[in-house]
Amino acid sequence: MSALMQEPTAGLEPVSATRRRGGFFLNLLMDRKAAAVGLGLILFFIVLALVAPLISPYSASTQSCGTGPSAVFAGISGHHWLGCDDGGIDMLSELMQGGRISLVVGFAATLVAMVIGGGVGIVSGYFGGWTDITLMRITDYLLVIPDLVFAMVIADIWGPSLFHVILVIGILEWTGTARVIRAQVMSVKERVYVKRARALGSGHTRIIARHILPQVGPLLIANTVLTVAIAIYLETALAFLNLEDPTVTTWGTILEHAFNRGAVSAGAWWAIVPDGICIALVIVGCFLFGQAIEDALNPRLKIAHLSLTRWKIRTLAGRGADAV
Amino acid sequence: MRRADYVIKRATFALITIFVAITLNFFLFRVLPGNAVTDLARVPHAGANLKHALTVEFGLDKPKWEQYLVYLKELFHGNMGVSFVNQQPVSHLLLTDLKNTVPMVTVGTLASIVVGVFTGVLAAWRRGSLADHISTNTAIFAYAFPTQWLGLMLLILLSSHLPSNGMTWEFLFSPEPFWQHLADVAQHMILPALTLLLTAYGSYTLVVRTSVLETLGEDYVLTARAKGLPPQRIVWRHAVRNALLPMVTLIALDFGYIVGGALLIEVIFSWPGIGLAMYNAVTQRDYPMLQGGFLILTVSVILLNFISDLVYFRLDPRISE
Repeated sequence: MSALMQEPTAGLEPVSATRRRGGFFLNLLMDRKAAAVGLGLILFFIVLALVAPLISPYSASTQSCGTGPSAVFAGISGHHWLGCDDGGIDMLSELMQGGRISLVVGFAATLVAMVIGGGVGIVSGYFGGWTDITLMRITDYLLVIPDLVFAMVIADIWGPSLFHVILVIGILEWTGTARVIRAQVMSVKERVYVKRARALGSGHTRIIARHILPQVGPLLIANTVLTVAIAIYLETALAFLNLEDPTVTTWGTILEHAFNRGAVSAGAWWAIVPDGICIALVIVGCFLFGQAIEDALNPRLKIAHLSLTRWKIRTLAGRGADAV
Repeated sequence: MRRADYVIKRATFALITIFVAITLNFFLFRVLPGNAVTDLARVPHAGANLKHALTVEFGLDKPKWEQYLVYLKELFHGNMGVSFVNQQPVSHLLLTDLKNTVPMVTVGTLASIVVGVFTGVLAAWRRGSLADHISTNTAIFAYAFPTQWLGLMLLILLSSHLPSNGMTWEFLFSPEPFWQHLADVAQHMILPALTLLLTAYGSYTLVVRTSVLETLGEDYVLTARAKGLPPQRIVWRHAVRNALLPMVTLIALDFGYIVGGALLIEVIFSWPGIGLAMYNAVTQRDYPMLQGGFLILTVSVILLNFISDLVYFRLDPRISE
């Protein structure tokens, strides 16, 4: 990954004075607080999901708040830190279990989306011509179709299941990535070292794997992280519309149950608020981390002529046709 | 001449996309197990005769491509089939719903664009300051909270002060005068539109901020500053006007997101729009309604994108070159 910042540039001195040893991501985490905060949030929830079965106070599927009417939306107490839901199930345990499933859905769907999006972007940008035109037309069409509505229709046709939700989100959310990666590949493939590799007789596979992929790597990771946020968001939306497998607990179904089973009129804010905060924190984490990578890759943001602090004047080395 | 070329190109794209959506719409629903006949023939003692008669009546004995042509033909005559639930024409039902959706979504979207532009410009202008941090972080959280959660929070906090269910007060004895009806609808619209504002404005703030930051680094901003122009003028007349260009595209790409958000909002606040109709169609397995709703929403987004293409062209004639 470090290749992006440390590519030897023939005849040019290093442009950035802040360049240090250590890879692109290490520098990013040290330079940008937002990136570190974002990655920290993501890791926190991943670790929480991994250890949830060990630390979860009660079962996430059976009653633990007593029996009878008093168990319905039982309030916050010393035994149940986040109260109970309408079925007398401990909310904190449910949140932990829901987080596991929601994260799995988010990451699995993103994996599908990245394989398609990254693949389409690289093939389209690298080969150009008719391949490019065809693939980009398909991308353009998918890009304008409203994704939640489309996902809703497909999920309804296929029937509610976790696997279908993953697949639906995966095949809808690759378009943005494909476009971004394509643009980057088109610029990378014209660089001198790629031409040199081609002149030395490297095949397409080798050039893509060894020279192009490392260059689009950080951008692909930025898009992956941003797509995880969208995937989790879509999962909660589909669950809210009753299109999720009714037997599983996710952050989405917790909200759906709270809404459909009268948490609002019962005043049971604990069935709604913590769940939304968990979802938001994961999405914020993904957004901060992904955006920080993208910003670090965007030289146009490094400078402003009208600002409270002074920014360095952009150097000429990165501009125009001779950009390296 | 170039202008005509550009418009024709975008119009062709919009038409092809609509055609693709229609085709998708046809074939997606053909892979379903069962068809209209299995639904209608669920009466007791439905024999093979009835099923056969219904199959012929609906044209389901014909080959798929012929069904497809019939579907296209009927669609162009405005026929989207009848609802399984109440046997009413789908197009009529959905147009009524669309009329309810449009005002709410328009108010919410315009409000979110205004709020997004102002907070975004402020954040970019005062980059690194407290105002930037507050504005950016609020926007990120507004963007991160799920739409349905924001709606539920507003329900919890404000439903005792504002109407939170439906579009008008029901059970009124006589029809209200026009202005009173308008006030009624406006009052009911506050919570749904506010949810849409909250859910949509965050991404605008962030996009505007990045876009303005990029233009603030341009040489003409340096020139303007060297000329001694006041900062307000540089920001609004030089930077923002140019930063608006990519925003038009990004706002256009957001229409799909807005439609999805509006769908969730209508479910929460029982707003009798097209989103609520689709939600009910899912729970009642009313496929013609679902199919019709998907088509209408998709075509609306495609048309809005086409319009924004034209706006973009109007703002920046360079792109035709």
